[in-house]
Amino acid sequence: MIEFIFGRLTLSALPHEWFTIGGAVSIIIGGLGVAILLTKLKRWKWLWKEWLTSTDPKKIGIMYIIVASLMLFRGSLDAIMIWIQQALSVGSSHGYLSPDHFQQIFTAHGNIMVFFVTMGFLFGLINLIVPLQIGSRDLAFPFLNTLGFWLYVAGVILINLFFVLGGEFAATGWLAQTPLSELEFSPGVGVDYWIWSLQISGLGTLIGGINFIVTILKMRAPGMTLMKMPMFTWTSLLSMLLVISVFPILTVTIALLFLDRSLGMHFFTTDFGGNAMMYTNLIWMWGHPEVYILILPAFGIYSEIVATFSQKKLAGYTSLVFAAIGITLLALVVWLHHFFTMGAGANVNAFFGIMTMVIAIPTGMQLFNWLLTMYKGRIRFFTPMYWFLGFVSTFTFGGMAGVLMASPPADFQLHNSLFLVAHFHTMIIGGALFGIFAGFTYWFPKIMGFRLNERLGRYAFWSWIIGFFVSFVPLYILGLMGATRRLDHYTNTSWQPLFIISVVGFCIITCGVVFQILQIIVSIKQRKQNLDKTGDPWNGRTLEWSTPSPVPFYNFAVIPQITSGDAFWEMKRNKKPKEKIKYEDIHLPKNTAMGIYISVFVFLMGFAFVWHIYWLALLGIIGAIACVIIRTFDEDTEYVLTAAEVEKIEERGKTHA
Amino acid sequence: MIKASRFIIFLLLFADIILLGYVLIGNSNIQVLNPQGLIAEKQRDVIVATVLTMSAVAIPVVILIFFFAWKYREGNLNAKYSPDWTQNKKTEFLWWIIPGFIVFILAIITWKSTHELDPYKPIESNNKPITIQVIALRWKWLFIYPQQNIATVNFIQFPVDTPVNFELTAEAPMSSFWIPQLGGQIYAMTGMGTKLHLIANKTGEFAGTSAEINGEGFSEMIFTAMASSQVDFENWVQKTKEFSKTLDLAEYNNLVKPSKNNPVAFYASPEKDLYNKIIMKYMAPQTKGSEEKMSAMQGMEH
Repeated sequence: MIEFIFGRLTLSALPHEWFTIGGAVSIIIGGLGVAILLTKLKRWKWLWKEWLTSTDPKKIGIMYIIVASLMLFRGSLDAIMIWIQQALSVGSSHGYLSPDHFQQIFTAHGNIMVFFVTMGFLFGLINLIVPLQIGSRDLAFPFLNTLGFWLYVAGVILINLFFVLGGEFAATGWLAQTPLSELEFSPGVGVDYWIWSLQISGLGTLIGGINFIVTILKMRAPGMTLMKMPMFTWTSLLSMLLVISVFPILTVTIALLFLDRSLGMHFFTTDFGGNAMMYTNLIWMWGHPEVYILILPAFGIYSEIVATFSQKKLAGYTSLVFAAIGITLLALVVWLHHFFTMGAGANVNAFFGIMTMVIAIPTGMQLFNWLLTMYKGRIRFFTPMYWFLGFVSTFTFGGMAGVLMASPPADFQLHNSLFLVAHFHTMIIGGALFGIFAGFTYWFPKIMGFRLNERLGRYAFWSWIIGFFVSFVPLYILGLMGATRRLDHYTNTSWQPLFIISVVGFCIITCGVVFQILQIIVSIKQRKQNLDKTGDPWNGRTLEWSTPSPVPFYNFAVIPQITSGDAFWEMKRNKKPKEKIKYEDIHLPKNTAMGIYISVFVFLMGFAFVWHIYWLALLGIIGAIACVIIRTFDEDTEYVLTAAEVEKIEERGKTHA
Repeated sequence: MIKASRFIIFLLLFADIILLGYVLIGNSNIQVLNPQGLIAEKQRDVIVATVLTMSAVAIPVVILIFFFAWKYREGNLNAKYSPDWTQNKKTEFLWWIIPGFIVFILAIITWKSTHELDPYKPIESNNKPITIQVIALRWKWLFIYPQQNIATVNFIQFPVDTPVNFELTAEAPMSSFWIPQLGGQIYAMTGMGTKLHLIANKTGEFAGTSAEINGEGFSEMIFTAMASSQVDFENWVQKTKEFSKTLDLAEYNNLVKPSKNNPVAFYASPEKDLYNKIIMKYMAPQTKGSEEKMSAMQGMEH
């Protein structure tokens, strides 16, 4: 009976290692602290009505960024634990972590940083900016947007749950390669936590992808043809197209792994005809496009920033669009370069190697166009521009390492080594994360109504870029010295100095993070001095800067007519005589808590499958489906803001400014 | 930014570069760039050629970007400002051609070198190659010398300047067999046979690892590859044959059990055709309820 109720969840599963207890205590204390604060300030209702149930993409975007920041904190804690272990654990010393703990930590680090930090930040920025850039008041499916966000949150909770509710995390590396992740070699609940947190958040990502594709294709302001869209919107569209192309592969692959583990099937097992190499193929058919999903929007952000801060038209807009399309298509045909070493023939390896190198053509071409955008410009050095230049130096470096590894003979020597680890960190930190920071600083005034402190922003940038090189250059060298990734212990003492330098680099990066936190606190304190009264603090070019800052909840009182690319720049240039603005009624989506309810049920289902509590899993499935059905019968999902109300809000905004 | 902090940052950066330079130059341990065998040497040449080809374009572009960023800064009023300037079709085309040309060169290098350095391709040599069968276990490497009829754990010895034909399989999660100073890695997988051909052109002891995570003991799954003279090799084989216990099925089944940090071990006359039996164990038709055969080798041959 007890087994029926609790499945595999027994008392002995509860946290009992120092690091899970530490996690549990800090999560519980943190949660209690927030709860007490909310009760004291009587903010529960406000939180629920204004934020949690909101369908406003701007609010959802902010929530994405908050959750992603929390996860960045968790992922960084993992990182420092990995780093310290590797700096200590040489020769007769075995560091402070057992191999199993260590493996759980780097697995969690990879998953959290990719799925819950970078993806979270990107969806946050896309939510905040894309509707504004295309002159839309809302997304195509506001309800799906909250559902996608809450599924992402469910994934976040599930991946951190073992701290509080016990068990372990996968110790298999971030992609849970079979057969290691099969029941035979990983009998615990770790891989199941992995499966379900990815499955659930992946579903959220897929829903978000569909939503943004439809939004961008169908809800652009009149006159904005595809080739007049801002670059960030273009790259977001392409990134979302990749999402809907490859996330189903992930869903199916890990569903098959789940069947292997739970129902004793043999898709990827070693025995009974299972084929582990098939899993490797499938997971990378998703996994490689995934990194382009992360990097494409960052390319878009850089394009916007270079043009804006050079105060000049983007040179080669058409080329940039086609470059992004080319990268999107090529991303789908290079997955095999992740396992040249699995023994495919020379023809197959050479084909995939060359296809990978071909990606360097559109990517390199982008650099030329950014270069020419700066040419004869008048460049203003605000922090976003610093991040861009930082990106150029890291990304070229990492990109060259990438092309090098695309060559199969070189890859045989570099694969699975720290060289590879250094390469993808260069791409994701120097490419995607720097882009996110640049975009965050750039668009912050639009969302919050005031600029971020410049000086602290520059300090943060310098700490990040220097810390980055100090941490990761040693890893490139270590890779060439024959150090493989994921080592909890090594015998070659000549590696240790480099690992220690790498830790020093992490400390410098930490200073950068501290500066960023300070930057936000100081900027909020000094917001009166940095208020953005015009709505256009950077002399912007695209439509989002035509709205007041912070943006009213309906985005645009009057939907603009678009006649060219760089729409707002042209508007500023051809100042028309002021006509009397004619306001209209605005239809807006109502708040809904259904996204939360569905996510709770889906979360219960995932949790139940992890612990084999089948009644709860059934309850979760039925509950989620019931909620979806109830929602489909809800006709009353919109409300009308009358023209008079809009006018009142707009007039008030003007007198305040 | 105030001057003092800028100065400190540059000092730190500079100190770091010097430190790195010291580690790089003072240390001959950069194994991949310090090859001891023909294959690793050619692979290093591919790495160097690829990096140089890319640098020819990448470095000037980065320098130009920083130069333009400096030249067209807002404070420099001498620089020309034309906000509507964009390039014409010809230059736009050029930016596709330049990286395209570099990639074209790289593609030729890649196609040729991939075929030349295909790990499955035997190495041409006047010396008769020797075969070593590699079995990845949790968490140790078992090596079988079918011609010499001996077996070892976590240690291999072979004559210098003689091609070594590795045949690999596993009775463990995917593992990767890598001796950086002799050449690139290849996976060892259950139910599969993969191949790797290496040669050592200098005598010495080279570090070998499992580059792919395969469970708890994976960090300790290291071995030594020793290239010696032909005479030393023959002596070693003889000694191993005389002084070691035999590797029969019972002994092998002991080895299969997961164990960490295994010491080097030597065996004489391994079970006949053991390598193929291990592959076939996962290839042969299996039926439910025959799990015991996974742990015992008997009954595997049908």
